[in-house]
Amino acid sequence: MSAAAGLWRQALQRLRRQRMSVAAALLLATIMLACLLLPLLSPYDYFTPHFELLSRGPMLAGGHILGTDPLGRDLLLRVMWGCRISLAVGVAASLVSVLIGVSWGATAGYVGGATDALMMRAVDILYSVPFVPFVIVLTVLFGRELWLIFLAIGAVSWLDIARIVRGETLSLKQREFIEAARVSGVRGAAMIARHIVPNLIGIVIIYATLAIPTVILFEAFLSFLGLGVQSPLASLGSLVADGTSEMQSHPHLLIVPALFLAAIIYCFNYLGDGLRDALDPRDR
Amino acid sequence: MSAGPAGPDALDAPPLRIRRLSVSYATDHGRIEAVRDIDIDVAAGEFLGIVGESGSGKTQLLLSVLGLSAPRAELGGSIRYRQQELLRLDSAALNQVRGNRISMVFQDPMTALNPYLRVGIQITEVLRVHRGASARAAEQRAIDMLQSVHIPDAQRRMRQYPHELSGGMRQRVMIAMALIAEPEILLADEPSTALDVTVQAQILSLFQELRARTGTAIVLVTHDLGVIAEVADRVAVMYAGRIMEQAPVHELFARPRHPYTEALQQSIPRIDAARPARLPSIAGTPPDPASLPPGCAFAPRCIYRMPVCDAVAPPLLEDSPGHWKACHHDGALGKLRGQAA
Amino acid sequence: MLRYTVRRLLGALPTLLVIVTLAFLLLHAAPGGPFDSEKRMMPEIQRSIEARYHLDEPLWRQYLRYLGDLAHGDLGPSFQYRSTSVNEIIAQGLPVDATIGLTAITLALSIGGTVGINAALRRGTRWDYGSMAVAMAGISVPVFVVAPLLILVFAIKLHWLPAGDWVHGSPSHLLLPAVALALPYTAYIARLMRAGTIDVLNSPFIRTARAKGLPLRLIVWRHALPPTLTPLVSFLGPAIAGLLTGSIVVETVFGLPGIGRYFITAALNRDYTLVIGITVLYGALIILFNLLADLCYAWIDPRVRLR
Repeated sequence: MSAAAGLWRQALQRLRRQRMSVAAALLLATIMLACLLLPLLSPYDYFTPHFELLSRGPMLAGGHILGTDPLGRDLLLRVMWGCRISLAVGVAASLVSVLIGVSWGATAGYVGGATDALMMRAVDILYSVPFVPFVIVLTVLFGRELWLIFLAIGAVSWLDIARIVRGETLSLKQREFIEAARVSGVRGAAMIARHIVPNLIGIVIIYATLAIPTVILFEAFLSFLGLGVQSPLASLGSLVADGTSEMQSHPHLLIVPALFLAAIIYCFNYLGDGLRDALDPRDR
Repeated sequence: MSAGPAGPDALDAPPLRIRRLSVSYATDHGRIEAVRDIDIDVAAGEFLGIVGESGSGKTQLLLSVLGLSAPRAELGGSIRYRQQELLRLDSAALNQVRGNRISMVFQDPMTALNPYLRVGIQITEVLRVHRGASARAAEQRAIDMLQSVHIPDAQRRMRQYPHELSGGMRQRVMIAMALIAEPEILLADEPSTALDVTVQAQILSLFQELRARTGTAIVLVTHDLGVIAEVADRVAVMYAGRIMEQAPVHELFARPRHPYTEALQQSIPRIDAARPARLPSIAGTPPDPASLPPGCAFAPRCIYRMPVCDAVAPPLLEDSPGHWKACHHDGALGKLRGQAA
Repeated sequence: MLRYTVRRLLGALPTLLVIVTLAFLLLHAAPGGPFDSEKRMMPEIQRSIEARYHLDEPLWRQYLRYLGDLAHGDLGPSFQYRSTSVNEIIAQGLPVDATIGLTAITLALSIGGTVGINAALRRGTRWDYGSMAVAMAGISVPVFVVAPLLILVFAIKLHWLPAGDWVHGSPSHLLLPAVALALPYTAYIARLMRAGTIDVLNSPFIRTARAKGLPLRLIVWRHALPPTLTPLVSFLGPAIAGLLTGSIVVETVFGLPGIGRYFITAALNRDYTLVIGITVLYGALIILFNLLADLCYAWIDPRVRLR
């Protein structure tokens, strides 16, 4: 396995060479750390209104660095909670979609034949299903539970991963070490889990990284429409929505959460791009 | 040092004069010198063959003439076409030469034609751009041209796409395209290598026929000494970016003066000679272009190697009229022949 | 070509059936009905209304009735807007979406295409890095952030353009929504065109074109452009259908009378027919634009044969 280790080291070197990707990773780590720690350290809480401090602008003195929202709550804290929710939704829903996508694609690609044709036909049909209305209907009708949002977004965003994983599996199947494993009696699910999936890790990491910003955007979109996370909890999307209604008088309420949202998505996109270049050098 | 007679202004001066040409690239593994210090002329109407193994720089040499080297390539020396220094032309002036005075045919006709465009437009656009020809005149001329490269049913072919033609047919289209503006020089980079053997022969005889009819000088690059023997007037042998030997074709085959040429010749299968037990191949491998030896690049594989060969690169010198070689060894060759027979 | 199109359209019918069925079951499986509103109705009145819309029938009969109407192109009456049919609502809203969508795509194609090709031609320069960094930002900033910011700057601060509302045929009312909608597509197309153009410029047939002495303009537009359109088309097919998603936000922010806004209220009010109708419409548009994309492939690339 030293050859594989060498490949990973090379990939890491290529990634390091792309300074933008590294900067993106660092910024992302900073935001994550901040949204984990700041709420613990902050003297405020995210839900109690303070009617003497409505919609203050950003200021260094007075403790509210980024100002307060229309209910007098500390905006920095609200935004940090928003980042927590958005990132949690992004990571969790991406996990759901990677899980479904990898098992679907690897199974179809490995089993092949009629099963493959049938499974991929299902993917083709699902590609034509307008998901946005379905997710909207789902969240509207079945309550706006956080786990439901994870599930709904994850369940509809696995198609790309399934297609890519199937293609990779098909080409993996031709390789000698799979043949060797087959000759030595490895079959079915054990083969997929032990020999196919581990070799898909590179490509799965890439698409998971690229799936996260898509999912975060989608959740923000739902929250913006008022269909996502419910008050007093807030995601970056609902904070942007709140900010939009106040933007004429208090533009910071729109700009601050919008900046954080854009920064997170920007970083994930850059990181995903960098990972693709580093792990998948063919694709250039 | 001049490979041809007289100065650049003489009427019979060779139209293309390449002097001290070098092409190099900076890569992750160091500097690669693809072409090193090459002097060569192309005389009007001649058929010049350039032979060498892959990686010897022969393709890079052709590409540099038309300014088609990779963007990060560094070029030194001089390439004069008539009164113009090609290495210093701006792109507009260079485009006046490309496809018009000097044109080029590439190795793989499968990929060299644009798969998205009809054959007709790919040929006529040359005339439209260089001659300002009307659509109708260009079309008629293109049909004539296709007929003269022996494409039957030319009118219908004009409306077809490259993928609808066979490999040999596509190469004929490439040749028609290269010759339609009646260039003075045609550069051909392994034009028959990617084709079937029978088609190869047809394409080669087409080159000869067209040269005889139009008087276009042809520079044919190949790794196949047999091809050169068939068609060329004059041969240059390249190795590791340099010209090793240069002579009229019969002279080179009858009396090779460079050990590398001799070795190449021995590795061609011969019908007229008794078949050796094993076709001799040249021992060793071509040098790494990123770390060439300081002396003669062929020295490590040379059976005539002397101490001086590792220290000093031999210059290309005229050994007898018209016969040039770059080798320190002055004695007779023939060791290999003795071995093989 | 015609036979191919007909066969593809017939092949789309099962997909549409899946969409209808999914939407139908989902809506009816959800708790609550269209007429359990906040203000309590007399049970008899509620029953009579439900009978009028056949909501008292067993589910399978409602489903078959809906399919029968759909086969005649009738999407049924809206439950929420009592006197209006779903067909009428769509007929009113769709032109608004189509106008904005078409303008946005035109903007995105012309600007994104130009930027992408130029970045490829100047690969490795500041212009290249700069425009690609901006493009990445364009992908990362969601429409619902761009739209309010555009209003803030161009309507509220500068008073150049109206902040919303819809006046038929008025370019000034169209501009901001279209720009907001176009931005992520512009950015994506720029990246796509850059990558595609770089790929194509390295191909042997471009070297042939250069060896022929063609001017750069001809090389780019005649020789390099068609191959780059293939990935563009495969992006545009689903993307144009996806514009509808973006337009939901744009309609909400700018207060435009498109379908998207109806959809949200319809979902909130459990307006079964309107929700299913719009969902089916979206599905049909996705299928249609994917078919158009495949037809475009065959038109661009002579090697593609439709079968």
